[in-house]
Amino acid sequence: MDSLIPQLLTGLAGASSLFLVASGLTIIFGVTRIVNFSHGSLMMLGAYIGWSILTRLPRDPEWFVLGILLTVLATALIGVVLEVVVLRRVYRAPELFQLLATFGVVLVLQDVTLWIWGAVELPLPRPRWLRGFVEIAGNRFPFYDLILIFVGPVVLGLLWLLMNRTRWGTLVRAATLDREMVAALGVNQRTLFTSVFALGAGLAGLGGALSLPNASANLNIDLSIITDAFVVVVVGGLGSLPGAFLASLLIGILQAFGIVLVPKITLVLVFLVMAVVLVFRPNGLMGRPQAEAREATAAAPVIRPAPRELRILGLVALVLAAAAPLVAGEYYLTVLTDACVAVIFATSLHFMMGPGGMASFGHAAWFGIGAYAAGLLMQWLGAPMPVGLLAAPILAGIVAALFGWFVVRLSGVYLSMLTLAFAQIVWAISFQWVEVTGGDNGLLGLWPPEWARNPATFYWIALALAVSVALLLRRALYAPYGYALRAARDSAMRAQSIGLDVKRLRMVALVIAGAACGLAGAIFSYSKGGIFPTYISIPHSVEALLMVLLGGLQTVAGPIIGALVYTGLADILVRSTDLWRLVLGTVIVLLVVAFPEGIAGAARRLWLRGREA
Amino acid sequence: MPMTRRLVLGASGALALPGLLRAQGSNPIRIGEINSYTSQPAFTLPYRNAMQLAVEQINARGGVLGRPLELITRDDAGRPQDAVRLAGELYNDQKVDVLAGAFLSNVGLALSEYAAQNKRLYIGGEPLTDAMVWERGNRYTFRLRPSTYMQAAILAEEAAKLPAKRWVTVSPNYEYGQSAVKWFRQILSAKRPDVQFVAEQWPALGRVDAGATVQALEQARPEAIFNVLFGPDLTNFVRQGNTRGLFERRAVVSMLTGEPEYLDPLGDEAPEGWTVTGYPGELVDTPAHKTYAAAYRQKFNAKPMCGSLVGYSLINSIAAGVAKAGTTETEKMVEGFRGASFDTPAGQATYRAIDHQGTLGVYVGKTALRRNEGVMVDWRYIDGKDLLPGDDVVRGMRPASAN
Amino acid sequence: MSVLVVQGLSKSFGGVQAVGDVSFAVAPGEMLALIGPNGAGKSTCFNMVGGQLVPDAGSVLLEGKPITGLSPRAIARRGVGRTFQITATFGSMTVRENVQMALLSHRREIWQFWRPVAGRHAEEADALLAQVGLEAQAERATGVLAYGDLKRLELAIALGNAPRLLLMDEPTAGMAPAERVGLMQLTRRLATERGVAVLFTEHDMDVVFDVSDRILVLNRGTLIAEGDGASIRANPAVREIYLGTGATSGGH
Repeated sequence: MDSLIPQLLTGLAGASSLFLVASGLTIIFGVTRIVNFSHGSLMMLGAYIGWSILTRLPRDPEWFVLGILLTVLATALIGVVLEVVVLRRVYRAPELFQLLATFGVVLVLQDVTLWIWGAVELPLPRPRWLRGFVEIAGNRFPFYDLILIFVGPVVLGLLWLLMNRTRWGTLVRAATLDREMVAALGVNQRTLFTSVFALGAGLAGLGGALSLPNASANLNIDLSIITDAFVVVVVGGLGSLPGAFLASLLIGILQAFGIVLVPKITLVLVFLVMAVVLVFRPNGLMGRPQAEAREATAAAPVIRPAPRELRILGLVALVLAAAAPLVAGEYYLTVLTDACVAVIFATSLHFMMGPGGMASFGHAAWFGIGAYAAGLLMQWLGAPMPVGLLAAPILAGIVAALFGWFVVRLSGVYLSMLTLAFAQIVWAISFQWVEVTGGDNGLLGLWPPEWARNPATFYWIALALAVSVALLLRRALYAPYGYALRAARDSAMRAQSIGLDVKRLRMVALVIAGAACGLAGAIFSYSKGGIFPTYISIPHSVEALLMVLLGGLQTVAGPIIGALVYTGLADILVRSTDLWRLVLGTVIVLLVVAFPEGIAGAARRLWLRGREA
Repeated sequence: MPMTRRLVLGASGALALPGLLRAQGSNPIRIGEINSYTSQPAFTLPYRNAMQLAVEQINARGGVLGRPLELITRDDAGRPQDAVRLAGELYNDQKVDVLAGAFLSNVGLALSEYAAQNKRLYIGGEPLTDAMVWERGNRYTFRLRPSTYMQAAILAEEAAKLPAKRWVTVSPNYEYGQSAVKWFRQILSAKRPDVQFVAEQWPALGRVDAGATVQALEQARPEAIFNVLFGPDLTNFVRQGNTRGLFERRAVVSMLTGEPEYLDPLGDEAPEGWTVTGYPGELVDTPAHKTYAAAYRQKFNAKPMCGSLVGYSLINSIAAGVAKAGTTETEKMVEGFRGASFDTPAGQATYRAIDHQGTLGVYVGKTALRRNEGVMVDWRYIDGKDLLPGDDVVRGMRPASAN
Repeated sequence: MSVLVVQGLSKSFGGVQAVGDVSFAVAPGEMLALIGPNGAGKSTCFNMVGGQLVPDAGSVLLEGKPITGLSPRAIARRGVGRTFQITATFGSMTVRENVQMALLSHRREIWQFWRPVAGRHAEEADALLAQVGLEAQAERATGVLAYGDLKRLELAIALGNAPRLLLMDEPTAGMAPAERVGLMQLTRRLATERGVAVLFTEHDMDVVFDVSDRILVLNRGTLIAEGDGASIRANPAVREIYLGTGATSGGH
């Protein structure tokens, strides 16, 4: 019993740290509607900048506070630069493109940080006062953690004052509720957005700098903190500061006691909390429903049958692809096989995301489930490749149907975040449940049978499957079901009023997308000879988004083009430079700025120039 | 149009370049190396430096079989699937003779699967997982570094000498952490039936909630702690543990903590008196090591890290294996590497014929503070061959097809 | 027999009664206008009939069968067509495809994954478009239509479901005055030809008096008057509400 209080206090300190990062994210989202993937990178920069400043200052408390404030200013400034240089140019693009741009920023900042501060983690040497403790219930409790416990509520209070007692704050709150209205009121939206981004970045920097006495500045902060911050923001309700605070408390405390009670599943616990909260409160603890009209503002262009020229082009590409083994070397065949897998990966995501209107941030989950289905069947029953290729989509489809029950009742970013949470749960199971999944060592020895082992043969199999899946999905999109799915996305209200079952339409889309993606996972596993948790990682899910968005969300050919371009680009970059993240990130940002409707979308626009859509 | 043509020509020219080089003269032995350069830079960058040093030194001595060594490195970004693809590129496109590398266990296993499937030679440097040479071992895979089992075994032996009976474990929750705890418990329990394990903590890798973890361990009132955390997790854990007094009057036995990669960042908070495996760096005063460390320092103006030792030894082991085989033909190289002896800065080592495990040893010692920096003291080097289980046990674990 | 019979419909939001004990009926071919000042409970009433809201008390009968509390989809399936105050159409489709969707849904042909939509029920869709005067625009993207045309498209979509009852929420909101009368006269004609009952809310009193057969007046959630145009115009209670709020005609 005597450890109850220290554990609770530890949870509160953790909650404060979480809140600092989540508050900035939620403010930025509330006003700009940007899902800022680079928020974790800003926190990482905060930690590194804080380290650089604090190690140069005297080690007394007052200098520590000054150093922290300087860090906050510096990260706020970086936020301003980011906003002005990148994000300002993409506000008019569809919401998800902004996400893509921020992911490009993540990649760039990883290399920039490595280049400036080096590879080795940098802990801040702690002066005596930072190592102090107080005796609580017979346990030593760190003095600094006590400070942290108070920082959270203090920051919440200051933010509350800022939001409720200043004109700027009133504008921010109004913009959170209704962005168009504020624009109509003649407020300078640019300045407002820039200042909001600066505030959010500053808060991330504060979180990073204040983490220094307990942790080091290291290169893994960005992606490990961003998922936690997303969870807090979503559980609290997007755009809600008190919600973010409440959610931080809930998760911080649950984490502290979860470690004692169920030490092995703490990773999953957080995401389970999020899933449960979203089931009962689809807009988070304190979030408001997003107005439906908002989502439908930018009408998608009409999908017409492909023009003859495009069909011929496609046919030529297909013939070339089929003839590739005659000219390409063995390595290029494996790259082409990867491209085939990427095509299924991207088209399946496009199916639910474009026509279905459900943007998944966790599409890699289905990829992984399909892969593990094939792998475990082989391991337990010795199932050969054809059985694996059949079982993968079936199992992925079944899981998608179960998961769909939760998903189809959500919309917008909440839906995306639930898919992210689900993918993280699947990832955690594959990574931590070593007895069954082999953990990060993976399942090995999953090779094609003798007759398909030749790279050319296997490539042809992958090509045939990819083309079949792409054509089947395309066919479904031009059939009544695909139209109905699109109808439900265009206007759920109208769809219901002509008798369409919106939830069931979306559910089936999820099952189809999940099953197709599961097949991609199985093909990929046979071509790599094994299955690893990295198949389900967040970056892999983001890759699927990248391919779809790069190619273009609103054309059927888009995801295919995106998959090919991305696979080729990544392969060339990884082999030619250690700075591939910098280059890839920059290319992504440039593409988003130059082609906000994707490559295929831009081509379509050029093609249609002078004609009516 | 002319521009497109120039682009195409430019591209094919670049691709053809290695081929030209090869045709022109000395016909180098090409080593294709894959590692997590962007996702694990702290370990892999010193490692790559040392590999380059070794290649230079060997070439200065006239190379291997009269041919120079050539090293081509690739970044797997921490993803086994990318490593497999790049292995294909290195073999099929770059025509390498030997595949080497990997830091992460899963990358190592993926490459070893690739090697077995395509009948190519793969020499793993860093990966620790036991599976690589035992359960999933195969004919074409060799592994240099002392494995999880070897590191856990020597620590369990040291732990058995301690009076402590109430143990707790803290370990990142994934295969490496779980294996380390499994071996440690098994070996320590066998030696000391009176020992009991009263609590275990399994923080997620890279996301330790250090305060809560330390508090939970404290609650179990242990007499000793077995730690497997490393990297940023270790830093957080040590800081919270120091402040909360977790390590006071308690024995701590800790995997890899003596490696400068993990000890240096702890700075003046480096724990004192922990029993650890690791690498004492420039404190190792054998002539071989001194020469190596001086050369490394001269070339890179940095102190050699544990990764450097591994990278340097890896290249030396490959040179020795190829020299013994007398050819770069794969099947002959497999036979050549079996039992091949090679020099490392730590001492001579061999690739065992029975399981392809290298006998590079383990430094075990205590941590201490010297001029506000963590160092290893009272250390000794234990030859890897003395840390491995008996041949019968090994044969039982390794698939028959691997021979 | 009445197509729609509403009895004792009530709804409160957080203790505030939005609609209290409202009853009325609509006959085939009849156009019934539901009017009242802002906040009178028109939309609440409407959404309870259309299934967007579940009433606290009362019943809604469609052709004698209860549809109270059913989902909008189920109500649509039973033959209720609907247009919205802010037009809701399928923006990523052509005008014809919008109507085709309604026809496909009505014929239960949605769950087909193979045969393309193109050309299916196209003639019937074109016939419906011709009835609302949009036949020339069939190939155009919905997104480029003028607002008045969107309203007419909504009507065509609603008719695609072969409805017995048409619910029109502020059908002329946002349209130019000349267009308003045109749209409602078109509705009038279709209602008479097809024997469809029409229940609509409307701000524009000219439109209301011009096309409706009967008028219901709601104020503060209760029904205060019912009758034809002349009797409503003469009703002192109605005059008081409208003069009191200052909204006589012309919408907002």
